[in-house]
Amino acid sequence: MSSNPSTVEQVSEDGTTRRDFLYIATTAMGAVGAAYAAWPFIDQMNPSKDTLALASIEVDIAAVERGQSIKVMWRGKPVFIRNRTDMEIEESKAVDLSDLRDPQTDEERTKPGHEQWLVMVGVCTHLGCVPLGEAGDFGGWFCPCHGSHYDTAGRIRKGPAPLNLEVPDYQFISDDRILVG
Amino acid sequence: MATGSYTPKNKAVRWFNERLPILSLVHGTLGAGYPAPRNLNYFWNFGSLAGLCLVIQIVTGIVLAMHYTPSTLAAFDSVERIMRDVNYGWLIRYIHANGASMFFIVVYIHIFRGLYYGSYKAPREILWMLGVVILLLMMATAFMGYVLPWGQMSFWGATVITNLFSAIPGIGESIVTLLWGGFSVDEPTLKRFFSLHYLLPFVITGVVILHIWALHLPGSNNPLGIDVKGPQDQVPFHPFYTAKDALGVGVFLIFFGLFVFYMPNSLGHPDNYIPADPLVTPPHIVPEWYFLPFYAILRAVPDKLGGVLLMFAAVGLLFFLPWLDTSKVRSAIFRPAYKLFFWLLVVDGVVLGVVGANPPEGSWILIGRLATVYYFVHFLLILPILGKVERTKPLPESIASAVIGNKASARPATAPAE
Ligand code: HEM
Ligand code: FES
Repeated sequence: MSSNPSTVEQVSEDGTTRRDFLYIATTAMGAVGAAYAAWPFIDQMNPSKDTLALASIEVDIAAVERGQSIKVMWRGKPVFIRNRTDMEIEESKAVDLSDLRDPQTDEERTKPGHEQWLVMVGVCTHLGCVPLGEAGDFGGWFCPCHGSHYDTAGRIRKGPAPLNLEVPDYQFISDDRILVG
Repeated sequence: MATGSYTPKNKAVRWFNERLPILSLVHGTLGAGYPAPRNLNYFWNFGSLAGLCLVIQIVTGIVLAMHYTPSTLAAFDSVERIMRDVNYGWLIRYIHANGASMFFIVVYIHIFRGLYYGSYKAPREILWMLGVVILLLMMATAFMGYVLPWGQMSFWGATVITNLFSAIPGIGESIVTLLWGGFSVDEPTLKRFFSLHYLLPFVITGVVILHIWALHLPGSNNPLGIDVKGPQDQVPFHPFYTAKDALGVGVFLIFFGLFVFYMPNSLGHPDNYIPADPLVTPPHIVPEWYFLPFYAILRAVPDKLGGVLLMFAAVGLLFFLPWLDTSKVRSAIFRPAYKLFFWLLVVDGVVLGVVGANPPEGSWILIGRLATVYYFVHFLLILPILGKVERTKPLPESIASAVIGNKASARPATAPAE
């Protein structure tokens, strides 16, 4: 920069020049450009189109008796489909919502007219292990990894998991077929 | 760094060295041109051993990558093929798998050496912090490597560890999806882990170079923890410490060989010889032994976010150690109370490791919580206070006077005649 700025550029009282403004503006533009250029390299890590396309499945549940469960694979994860017994449903309905870490009624976790069916992603909301069925202190599911207990509606009751087992988007296409996803 | 004075005898070599002074650099960092304190003990061998481990992992890893297939359908079988069909494949894989454990044994001893002799204190703070960066990079590398054989422990370890990030409020789930490239640990995850597992050791190499650079400005600390006062306190690195390091390498390779040849699977988990099954979690999942203390800290907290934060804090804390320890005296030799707390910390680390290996039930939960609390108390309460109240022992005049008594001034150490 010139040693005699008065002849070359105007200096304001606090010593800044118009050139300082240019430096800052150029650097800022460069930073924005770099951020734009970085995005494709970050976004390529997100699920690709073919991964997203495989996102729904149809399941035949006719053969699942009361008190039985099946496990199906959806988006690389297990989905539990359980045909609950009357006792399990009663137990779940009898719970006081204020006792729950993630309060949800039994009705909110099932479809009207199909209360006996419980459909959940079989992935512990703690760190993602697959809980074991008909186990734990509440007769529902128990995750062996770090000891989370879920009740007969798949709600978290004890242990480190913060949330109830997730109920995925699903619908009954007929009485014995469901569409998950 | 005394690089300047070196002149090769051979004319051609001299011609080359004048144009690219790489021989001067070696002379000044690992040769006779690098003076080191004369009293270094065998705990100072573990730095060069860690370097050796890194080289062994890179060499065996590159060979494994020539035969390994990063795909969920083929990975497990390709590793079995390495074990059964590839010539010496079993040897190379066993060296690599056990080499990771050896690397952590060496590095943990190296770190505790630093803790005992106060090597993290001024003027070596940046050196220490670069070491913590290396530790973090090693953890990431070993974690991703363990996923590659695509056994049950690979898969579920990857699931649990990547899910740690889901604890971050708000954006956690999107971060996990980004890490996976899907809705669970799957094909894209395996492929990117392979790519990064290949890359990170070279990043580690880069940080190791910075680590050694930062070491050579102040030079090595020493068991007495006092500064070098002059040439009588030092010996040239070569031949003294090159010879001492070479002996250490021999002993280390025997130890390493015992594992590779006589108990190659003793440090691993048998479930990793079962191919990955996304529908069934093994009843008892445990990480590799070198992660157990941190795993115990994770499980000590009955809250997801809290556990994750505390686990990362356990390592992150080490960055602040140079300022948490307020004592001016470096070496534990002259700090009787610190010496006691040092050994308590070692015991605490072992207890955490044992807790991490056991299921989170019964009294293990309580023991894990107490040991976790103690770990943080050591760094956050004991160290800051101790430095202010501890009565330290008098420091010796100089390294030379402490090791060779009064003869020190009479007989300065020199390189032997060539
Ligand atoms: C910091 C250095 C490294 C560490 C700590 C490390 C650690 C590991 C670990 C723990 C495993 C799992 C071993 C098993 O149970 O089978 C592994 C596997 C593997 N590593 Fe590395 N590694 C390192 C460097 C490298 C490098 C530089 C490469 C080069 C490409 C590499 C390539 C592989 C391959 C192909 C596998 C899969 C084969 C197998 O499982 O044996 N590693 N690594
Ligand atoms: S993953 Fe289920 S309790 Fe931790």
